[in-house]
Amino acid sequence: MSEVNLEWPLWEVFVRTKAGLDHKHCGSLHAADPKMAIQLARDVYTRRQEGCSVWVVRSDQIVASDPGDKAMYFDPMEDKVYRHPSFYKLPSEVDHM
Amino acid sequence: MTASISLNFTPQVEYLLRIADTCLILGQRLGEWCGHAPVLEEDIALTNVALDLIGQTRALLTRAGQIEHQGSGRSDGPYDEDQLAFLRDERDYRNLTMAELPRGDFAFTVLRNLVLGTWLKLHWDRLQQSSDAELAAIAGKAVKEARYHQQHAADWLVRLADGTDESRRRVEKALAELWRFVPEMFAADAIDDAAVASGLGPARSALREAWQAEIAAVFDAARLAAPAEAAFRSTGTLGVHSEHLGRMLAEMQFLQRSFPGGAW
Repeated sequence: MSEVNLEWPLWEVFVRTKAGLDHKHCGSLHAADPKMAIQLARDVYTRRQEGCSVWVVRSDQIVASDPGDKAMYFDPMEDKVYRHPSFYKLPSEVDHM
Repeated sequence: MTASISLNFTPQVEYLLRIADTCLILGQRLGEWCGHAPVLEEDIALTNVALDLIGQTRALLTRAGQIEHQGSGRSDGPYDEDQLAFLRDERDYRNLTMAELPRGDFAFTVLRNLVLGTWLKLHWDRLQQSSDAELAAIAGKAVKEARYHQQHAADWLVRLADGTDESRRRVEKALAELWRFVPEMFAADAIDDAAVASGLGPARSALREAWQAEIAAVFDAARLAAPAEAAFRSTGTLGVHSEHLGRMLAEMQFLQRSFPGGAW
C-alpha cells in the first residue's frame, strides 16, 4: 500500500490585469492538478474582473532566498546611492524619465 | 403576506420560464453549498456558478415578464424579475424536475451540473440566433458562462470517477439516481413546436443528439456508461413537480411574502 497524500498541493497564483502588463503574484490556493489549479485561480482571484490571464506554479517549485541570508544579501546595498542613476544631468527635452 | 401572482401562460412565456426556472432552481440548490463545499476554493467556484445562474435567471425572467404582459390585458406594468421569482405558486414554476432534487453529495452535484449545464449550454448556443433580439443578446452573454460551468463539472466528474473507490462509488450512485430524470430534458410538445415556428428558440428534442455526444465524450474519459433510458417521465416543465420544490420555495419565498418588496 502506498501512502496517499490527502492534502492537495499548494499553488502560487499570478494574474495579468490587462494585455501588456506583467503577471503579478496575488495569492495561493490548494488544487489537485494543474487544470484544477487554473480553474480555481480563475474562480478565486478573477471574479471581479481582475484579470485576463492567469499563471499557476506549484509552490514547491519556487526557489526562495533564505530569510537568514537577508543581512548578507540585501543590507550591503543600503549605502550605495551611486548605483541609482540619479547623477546625470538630463536634457530638458527628455523631461520625465 | 403577499398573494401569489397569476400569469397569462402563452407558449412563449412557458418556453422562457422552462429555461429561466431551471436556472433559478438549480442556482438556488447550488447556493446551498455555500460554506459546505469540500474545500474553500471549490466553495467559491460552486457559488460562482450559482450566481451566474441567478444572473441568467434575472435577465430571462425580466424578458418573460415583458412578453407575458403583452398578452395579459392588464393595465398595470409587467411583472418584474422579483415578482416572477418569488410570488408564483409552485404549479406555475416550469423548471426541469432534475434541478429541484435535493442537493445530494458532491458527486451528485457535479453530475447534475454536467447534465444540466450541457443542456443549458446547448440552449444558449442556439438561442443566440433567436428571433427575439433581447433573448439573443442574453444568450450571447450566458453562453460564455455556460461553457465554463460545463467544463468545470466535466473535469470534476472525470476526477471523481477516476479517483478513489469511494469517489467512484458515489459517482455511480449519483448516475443511477439522476438518470431517470433525463428523458424530460428532451421531451417534445406544442410549446416547443411554437418556439421553433416563431424562431424563438430550439425544441428540446432537437438538442438530444448534441447533448448525448458531449456527455458521451466526458463519460468515456471517466470510464462511465450511461444507464438505459427509464420508462419514468418527470413533469416539472409541465408544472407538476416532485415533493422537493414546495419545501424549497417556502424557504425561498418567505422573505418577499412577509416583507413585500423588501430590499437591502
